[in-house]
Amino acid sequence: MALLELRDVRKVYHLGGEEIRALDGITLNIDGGEFVSIIGPSGSGKSTLMHILGCLDTPTHGTVTLDGTPIQQASARELARMRNRKIGFVFQFFNLLPKLNVVQNVELPMIYAGLNGHQRREKALKALEAVQMGHRLKNRPSQLSGGQQQRVAIARALVNDPKIIFADEPTGNLDTHTGEIILELFRSLSKQGRTVIIVTHNPEIAAVTPRRIEIRNGKIADRVDARLAGLEKTALLSHSGHDTTIAPA
Amino acid sequence: MNLWNAMEVGLKEIWAHKFRSLLTMLGIILGVSSLVAMSAMVTGMEKGAREALVAVGGLQKVRVEGQPVPPDQRHLRDFARGVTLSDVYAIQGSVPEIEDVSPEMRLDTPPTLTANGKFTRTFMTSGVWPVQLEMMEHKVEHGRMFNEVDDELARSVCVIGTGIRDDLWGDPEKTGEEIIPLGKTISVNGYPFTVVGMFEHYESEQEHRERQIRKAEEAKRIAAGQTNSAAGPRRDRGWNGGGRRGGFAFWIKNHTVYLPLNTMWVKLVSGVTNVPAEPRLSNLEIKIRDVQNLNLALTEIRNVLMINHHGVEDFAFRTQEDWADQINLYIKNARLSGGLISGISLLVGGIGIMNIMLASISERIREIGIRKAVGAGGVDVFVQIVVESVVIAMIGGAVGLVTSLGLLQLIAFVSPTDNAPIVTLSAMAFAFGASVLVGVLAGLFPAVKAARMNVIQALRYD
Ligand SMILES: Nc1ncnc2c1ncn2[C@@H]1O[C@H](COP(=O)(O)OP(=O)(O)O)[C@@H](O)[C@H]1O
Ligand SMILES: [Mg+2]
Repeated sequence: MALLELRDVRKVYHLGGEEIRALDGITLNIDGGEFVSIIGPSGSGKSTLMHILGCLDTPTHGTVTLDGTPIQQASARELARMRNRKIGFVFQFFNLLPKLNVVQNVELPMIYAGLNGHQRREKALKALEAVQMGHRLKNRPSQLSGGQQQRVAIARALVNDPKIIFADEPTGNLDTHTGEIILELFRSLSKQGRTVIIVTHNPEIAAVTPRRIEIRNGKIADRVDARLAGLEKTALLSHSGHDTTIAPA
Repeated sequence: MNLWNAMEVGLKEIWAHKFRSLLTMLGIILGVSSLVAMSAMVTGMEKGAREALVAVGGLQKVRVEGQPVPPDQRHLRDFARGVTLSDVYAIQGSVPEIEDVSPEMRLDTPPTLTANGKFTRTFMTSGVWPVQLEMMEHKVEHGRMFNEVDDELARSVCVIGTGIRDDLWGDPEKTGEEIIPLGKTISVNGYPFTVVGMFEHYESEQEHRERQIRKAEEAKRIAAGQTNSAAGPRRDRGWNGGGRRGGFAFWIKNHTVYLPLNTMWVKLVSGVTNVPAEPRLSNLEIKIRDVQNLNLALTEIRNVLMINHHGVEDFAFRTQEDWADQINLYIKNARLSGGLISGISLLVGGIGIMNIMLASISERIREIGIRKAVGAGGVDVFVQIVVESVVIAMIGGAVGLVTSLGLLQLIAFVSPTDNAPIVTLSAMAFAFGASVLVGVLAGLFPAVKAARMNVIQALRYD
């Protein structure tokens, strides 16, 4: 059984009588340990998909199974628990709490997991070491560079030892060089066996991931756009049957 | 998420907005301090009032007074004899619920007392039996109470209160030396009486304490070798120095003059009025054994008196119930109005806290979104906001408790009373509890709002 299973997932928004189909019948499986990028033009539904995959939202229609647990009708409380135990998020704008210092930010998910102060500190230090931020524990986020902040955010995402790490445009707010370092971090996480799902419209990132899922108008595109995927035309052909997600029958 | 963590976050928020938090707490501070101060003042007053009630004999005491014949008995008017000693004997003989009966005879107009070249008048001059001493909770400190023999022989002796001594020989507080006028002669309406005893000085505990403090200061001054107060000029020491201090009850008690009943009758009454067949008393003081039996005893006394008076109801009862009821009513009203003022302050404080919590959550929408994204449930966010609200209220409450002591000093300075306020632990606990409750209530609505926030929208918010 796949780690994530989506069957005919739809998300419909109603805006002033108008129906917006942000997701329009998505069916896909993601296995444990996969390194996936979700690509597509702006407004295609990438973030909406990530929110549903990441238990931040529930679909209007269809089923979502995360690690064997159906979550399409889960209560807000159950979703929060899933997010806490099984999922780590990395955002474009880092989303660290400005009033907390680096360690405290990393400890945050563990507070809601009910760990005591000693355990929290220990695990937070380990996670920060893993992202090479062990030397800036008492700094506030505002005292760090963008890349450093994102590393702290990654440490926070890792600290509860989640099954899946989601990143929504994690390099979108960083310069190219820093972006590459962050990307390298994700790659090493993937190598350690974690499931990493990156939402991006950056072709260079998409090029790194073995599997690319392209969303267009709320649907999974049957062919990956070579430019968006950061691949050459020839490469596209050779990979088309392999790396592009095709809806299972 | 544990409470301690929520409290830590709350304290940080308060610290980050010190001035705003202080303003927010103001209502709670006022509410709590006024609640404690009011309660302390009312408790002080209540204690003073109850002390005074005890000083006049408490609820156990019933007074029988002569009164005009009621209108429907006018035709029996000529049979009315008023209250007499035969009533005393009748009650003593047939009402088991009573502890004692004590007759009292007064003059229609307060007599003039003269001694030491000074004079005074007191309507508390009565002819009594020695038993009156216990009846009115008097204590003879100097000399003795007159006895049955003095009464039988109608000796011209008297026992006086310290107030009379003060009027005639001077207040030791003012003159610096205490005169005990035993053996001295007081002339009552021209008839000489020998002072055989003087009561102790009656005062409320409050007055007593103040006097002790003044004494101690005096002793210190003397020890320090400064001007002897007896020689040096005596000065009025401000608000607690002079005047007729203390409850009226204590003042009256200190201005009592007791003469033997017989002497009163023979020397002062029969000589100046129409002599009725039997000496007419002004009233009887009766002490009931058990307050529980007050009504039963009153009925029995009334029956005995009605028989003795041949059905003429020319007497009336007076108990301290009215006074006690009045004290209770007054205390109740004072508590109610104090509670109302404090309640309004707390309400305003609560609204302030709610307002600030609403402002706080709308400033922290993104923070709430982040907390939820990393796993905070609605309950966690709810608890967080309620705890923050309670922390503000608790700090306000604690400051209020401290402020209440200052407030009491201020009130004492602005408007001194004879009854020192009594700050009780239970009042403080109650006020603090009220502030916590206000914190919880004020936090509920913002907390629900924060808990219901949509994660995705909150994360996007900037
Ligand atoms: N809360 C919402 N209400 C209404 N429409 C929404 C909402 N969230 C997203 N949408 C719409 O759904 C579509 C997909 O949005 P999104 O998933 O954010 O796209 P992407 O991340 O690929 O840029 C867009 O048309 C967007 O306007
Ligand atoms: Mg997006």
